Amino acid sequence: MPYRWVRELGAPLLVGVLFVGIWQAICRSADIPPYVFPAPSDVGASLIAGAPSLLAAWRNTLWVTTEAFCAAVLVGAVCGFVFVQSRTLERSFFPYIVLLQVTPVVAVAPLLIILFQNTNVALVLCATLVAVFPIVSNTTLGLRSVDPGLLDYFRMNKIGRWQTLVRLRVPSALPFFLAGLRISAGLSLIGAVVAEFVAGTGGQGAGLAYEILQAGYQLDLPRMFAALLLITVSGLGLFILMVLLERLLLGGWHEMNSRPER
Amino acid sequence: MGMPANERSEQAPGALARASTSDPAVLEFLSADKVFANGKRGLAPIDLAINSGEFVSLIGASGCGKSTLLKLAANLMESDAGRILWWRGPFAYVGQEGRRLSFVFQEPTLMPWARAVANVALPLVAAGVPKSDARARALTLLRQVGLESYASYFPRQLSGGMKMQVSIARALVTEPQLLLMDEPFGALDELTRNRLDSDLAALTKVRRCTTLFVTHSIQEAVFLSSRVVVMAAKPGRIFAQLSVGEPTDREEAFRDSDHFTICCRKLSALLREASLVDGGLER
Repeated sequence: MPYRWVRELGAPLLVGVLFVGIWQAICRSADIPPYVFPAPSDVGASLIAGAPSLLAAWRNTLWVTTEAFCAAVLVGAVCGFVFVQSRTLERSFFPYIVLLQVTPVVAVAPLLIILFQNTNVALVLCATLVAVFPIVSNTTLGLRSVDPGLLDYFRMNKIGRWQTLVRLRVPSALPFFLAGLRISAGLSLIGAVVAEFVAGTGGQGAGLAYEILQAGYQLDLPRMFAALLLITVSGLGLFILMVLLERLLLGGWHEMNSRPER
Repeated sequence: MGMPANERSEQAPGALARASTSDPAVLEFLSADKVFANGKRGLAPIDLAINSGEFVSLIGASGCGKSTLLKLAANLMESDAGRILWWRGPFAYVGQEGRRLSFVFQEPTLMPWARAVANVALPLVAAGVPKSDARARALTLLRQVGLESYASYFPRQLSGGMKMQVSIARALVTEPQLLLMDEPFGALDELTRNRLDSDLAALTKVRRCTTLFVTHSIQEAVFLSSRVVVMAAKPGRIFAQLSVGEPTDREEAFRDSDHFTICCRKLSALLREASLVDGGLER
């Protein structure tokens, strides 16, 4: 149905084009200089001119984000599985995970950067700390939210613990886990950028946050916007990737964001 | 119980009867009772034997312990005193060849992420039957309940009645010798229920599958059963038993027969009596 595509993609695109067009028109007609507020064309020019260093920074930021995201998924899923095995374990350790979550990463980042000689490790650790919580809590919740009737059914058929985990608990947890992934992917990026700001390191491992800091010192607003644009694109890309993953894994049986009726 | 105990051979329409003792008992409650955690007595000591090939319905007002009795039979709950025997043995032997048990819940309890055929194949796959084999047997069962063309549908794409049929197919795919059903059609409209009752009668007849069936519906109980057990509440206990006759030839015509009407009327009277003694014995 082409009509659906027009509505789903065309309408937001139109809004975007209109917004950028009006922005460009105002900047040009009012003759606002780029160091006060850059027009979209200035941003584009800066993006092309600064491409080598911006792309390198982009790559670094994405790399930290990806590493942190993978670490968060791994650690979070393992914690979730462990917590489901025993209420005592969960009760003992969950408060500390909450503790990590409620402590602002900006406040922890300087400490981690001093503690770890390798800045990259410190950055990844910061971003992981931010991203891990939704995965832990959603995996735990998901593994617990098994239909009690089905659990009875499995028990009555004398289906073992392992089979019950694979055939019942994991599929039941999947929608919750994927929702956790979606939140966590965004948080990984936020964590990475925040950590980069605090670290403020340039050179080989400089990320987009460093580009923004530098551009700020130099009042190079177009470059600032260009770096910002790349961060936004990354976040959007991660989000779309997670939605596609969700569609791929749940497509048939699970209506988006709604429990199937029984 | 001081019930007149006619032998089954007499087969007077709707005679109050105890089942003949010559059939091997598939399921026996020997003074089994249940006291809930809050100290309330759920079931008075129950003595009941279900013999091979019987279709026994449990009927009674809400809270009379029908579901509790069924859960005891499924070992989802343990009795506090007395014993329950499956094929004259403990539950540990259930699941062996010739001693297979299946349960159909009030809800279809299907896995929402699995297609109908995969849901039906689950007990086979979990028991280690090769996947293609399990799938073939699941498809056969789906054909028998009339859902062959819905094999690749997800549960949410099926109607309530269809989901229940899938659930029944899943219960029968292991070829059980004992089938326990807890008000499987309680949530369905009467027309659908009648149709599914006819299908169920045919399916259990072919398999000679002993069935214990919980229901609220007098017509359903009479239509399906060879024997109806009427229960009274507070505490849950057996009030009376009504023999309906051999569970053969339960087709639509049976609903229009005099025998059916007489049995319904008797059962209705028994249920009224059972409700009058409610609370008389305890609390």
